[in-house]
Parts: sequence; C-alpha cells; structure tokens
Amino acid sequence: MTTDLYQQIILEHSRNPRFLGVLTDAHTQAEEYNRLCGDRITVFVRMRGDVIEQAQFTGSACAIAKSSASLMMTLLQGKTIQEAMDLYNKFQEFLTQKTVNEQTNKTLELGELRALAGVREFPSRIKCALLPWKAMAKAVHPEGKC
Amino acid sequence: MSFDVKAIRRDFPILNETVHGKPLVYLDNAATTQKPQAVIDTIVDYYTHTNSNVHRGIHTLSQLATNQAENARHIVQKFLNAREDREIIFVRGCTEAMNLVAHSYGALHVNEGDEIIISAQEHHSNIVPWQMLCEEKKALLRIIPINDAGELLLDEYAKLLNERTKLVSVVHVSNTLGTINPIKEITAMAHKYGIPVFVDGAQAVAHFAVDVQDLDVDFYTFSGHKLYAPTGIGVLYGKAEWLEKMPPYHGGGAMIRSVSFEKTTYNELPFKFEAGTPHIEGVIALGAAIEYVWSIGLETISKYEDELLRYGTEQLSQIEGLRIIGTAAHKAGVLSFALADIHPHDVGTILDNDGIAIRTGHHCTQPLMERFGVPALNRASFAFYNTKEEIDALAAGLRKVVRMFVN
Repeated sequence: MTTDLYQQIILEHSRNPRFLGVLTDAHTQAEEYNRLCGDRITVFVRMRGDVIEQAQFTGSACAIAKSSASLMMTLLQGKTIQEAMDLYNKFQEFLTQKTVNEQTNKTLELGELRALAGVREFPSRIKCALLPWKAMAKAVHPEGKC
Repeated sequence: MSFDVKAIRRDFPILNETVHGKPLVYLDNAATTQKPQAVIDTIVDYYTHTNSNVHRGIHTLSQLATNQAENARHIVQKFLNAREDREIIFVRGCTEAMNLVAHSYGALHVNEGDEIIISAQEHHSNIVPWQMLCEEKKALLRIIPINDAGELLLDEYAKLLNERTKLVSVVHVSNTLGTINPIKEITAMAHKYGIPVFVDGAQAVAHFAVDVQDLDVDFYTFSGHKLYAPTGIGVLYGKAEWLEKMPPYHGGGAMIRSVSFEKTTYNELPFKFEAGTPHIEGVIALGAAIEYVWSIGLETISKYEDELLRYGTEQLSQIEGLRIIGTAAHKAGVLSFALADIHPHDVGTILDNDGIAIRTGHHCTQPLMERFGVPALNRASFAFYNTKEEIDALAAGLRKVVRMFVN
C-alpha cells in the first residue's frame, strides 16, 4: 500500500526537511545523482577530528529521498565517521532484506528511519531512499573507500 | 466507420491484466504501445511454420520467410508512401537510424566548420549522435529554440540556415510536449539551401498518416514498438538518391555483392544498409501491425485520440496545482504535467498502486526539462485503446496524490 510508503513522518520530513541548506563552512561536500529521475542531493559536512560536527544538505528530489536525507541529518550530527558508516550499512541492510527479524530490527538503532520500511515493497524506490546516504558516504570518504 | 473502443480493447490481451489488484490503466504509450493479438499471432505463426534465414537459402522455408519479410517492406513503403521498396531500410529503431545517418551521411558530407541543426525538442537519441559527429568532425550543432507553448520558432530557424548547414534533423511530434511540428515548412525552408532534412517520426506514425513524398523529407525514421509492433525493429526511410551515395554503416553478411581479401563490392539498396541476419520476425510482425492499424484507419485513430487528448486536457486542467507543459496549438497523444511541487516519482508510485501506468522522469529530454525549469515531469500518453473512463481514473488518482501531499 502506498500509505505504508508515505507515512505521515515521511510526508512531514519531505515538507519540512531538517538541516536543509548550504553549509558555508563545510570541510567536505559531495553530490549524488539518480540518472533515472534526475534527483540530486548534495551533502555538506563540517568535521572536528573524525566527528561530524555539523551536516546539512541541499537538492531537488522526491519525497522518499528528501525525507531520507532529512532523517539521516537528524542522526548524523555528532557521530564519528565510523558510526555514520555503520548506520548507513544497517539502513541499507534494513531496506534490502526481504524479511527483517523483529529482534534485530529493534537493535538496529535506526530510530525514525524505520518509517522508511515501506520502501522495501517498492524496489524501484530503494535507490531514492539511499541517494542521500551515498552522498554522505562520498563526502566523508572522498577517496571512495566506503 | 464508427469507433467501438470496447471491441478494440479485446484485440489487446494485456489490457485484461490487473496491477496491484486493479485493472491496468495503461497511459504510457509514448514509451511503448501494447501489442494486438494479430501481431502476437504473427510472431507465433512465424516460429511455428516459417522460421528460416532470409535471402540465403534455396529451400522452401527460406523462400517463405524472404517473401514475408519483403512483403512487410512493401507494406512499410505504402505506409509511408515512399517511392520504392528499396528506400525502406530495416533498423533496430529510431536510435539506430539516427546513428546510421549521422555516421554514413556524416562521413560523406560533414566537414570542419560545417553546421547541423536540431531543435530544442529533441529526444537524446536525436542529440547525442549529432554531438558525436560534430565532435569528430569539428562541426557545430545549432539548436532551433521553442516558445513557452513548446512550438518551434521558425523565424529563428530561418536565421540558422546558411551555406555551412549540412543537415537539419528534427522531431515530427515531441515525445515530451506533444507538439506536432510543421515538417513540410521546415523541409521547404532547408531545401532552398539544398540542405537535406531528417525527421524523427517515433511519436508521429501511430497517430496520423505520414506521407514522406508530400512532406518531401530526405530521411524519416520510426520505431515499430511505438506502432503496436515488437521492440527491436524500426525503419529508416531515405530518398534513394541519398542512400545510393552514402557508404554502408555496418559491414558483414547480406550487405555485400562480392567479397575478396582485396576488394569488397557492396550490395544494392536496401541491403547495403542491412548487414547480418535481420530481426525477421520483427520485420514480419511490423507488417502485421501496420495492417492492423490500417484495418482501423489512421483517420479514425487521429479523430478518436484527439478527442481523448481534448478530454484529458480538460479534466487534468481542473486539478488544483496541475500545470500542463506543452500547450502547442497542434498536439498529438501526449499530456505532460507538473503537479504542485510533488516529485513525479512520488506521483508515479501512488498511481501505480492504483494500476495506472504513466511515465515519470526526464523523458530523455533533459534540455527540455531545463527549458521549462523542472527536474522531471509526469506524462500521460494515449493510444486508441484508451478510454475516457481511464482518464477519469487518472484524474481521480492525481486528486488522491494532491490530498496526500498538499495539506
């Protein structure tokens, strides 16, 4: 059902994205582009050591990509690069696993990102949900070793 | 003849499918059309009774397959009103036809400093081959601009034509805007300078009758799969006088008269441009598709589809926040729109859940997206098996999207 996909929290974040806008004093930034639909997300990151002190994003994208970016931003602030990448991997696993063990699900610490669970039923939209994460990974791993 | 859409729909078995438990509402005909039973049966018959290679064997099946394939060429010749069968080259589709002409005509006639004219409406397939040619030859690509309705600015086009122009390549009907371009006028203007004109008819031939002699175009192409035939088969029409002068595109079997390691002489038209074993069942099925279209009549089809487009435009215009992109005076089959600031992929997903198939994205016309200031668009495109009830379903689906997103 599309109502499972477009939960209130998704719609709300896509309408009022958190941490939206260019971060003028960013140390690093990266853009990710979906060739299929033309969506673009740019992630800006200001680092303190290996900690993401502040992260923001800009772009034009669908509700799924935008809300995923917004939710990602709420989780990223203050995380280490390692923690951010762990979260990315867990989220990726969460979206691509056919069935998620409820117990594992709870320990994933994905928080509100779980609202994107509906994407699992829409394979063509998984890319949308992962777009901002790819941009984030590219930004914090500019040499592409993610 | 009177038009009985219910009877027509029975000819297309896929229209009985359900998607997510809802009856399929297929409004993505500009991407590809569905196939009538007559075309499906032709393919099955061919493999059941005739399968053999063409122009090679003396045995009965090879003769039969050759006859059927050449009969299909004759059908296409009549369909486009070409002068002769040999002006009909079978290709994979419009993309291959454009690459063929860019490569073959380009090798012969395009040099450094020359110019090729295309339009702002072009599909990527009518941009990239010319860009590649221009890069190779250090030639220049010039673009005919459009107005806000999506119509070509012919005054601007007139200014682009000059003695350095070597080819004009324009789309007959825009796949994104639906604009029907005044090809006869465009051709006449180019011919004053002796410049040949290539027309992309991908979105035209299924919707109205095309007469290449009346249009006086030098090259014309269409893809079978947008004309109720299978994918992988298309047609390049070229005036024999051009095709005879142009070098072959692909080398191989069938396109030769004789081969030795010292020298190869090429076969006559159309075979010079048809290297290798062709898409035989595709060729024959394309003939069957054209005969099916004839059985309904292109005039009848045009009239009915115009009515669908008029009704669709009316219904969709009433939806709050919906902006139709492409409002030319002469349009065919295509209704593109932006819906408030809702991303087309979200629109497409929600409609799909109600069984409604539309195209969402950049439609392979990224320069047009830029021209209209949108990252992507929604597009409903019609065929003669569509109904007003399906347009009502689309409108209801779009209202649902608006309710979900705009509050």
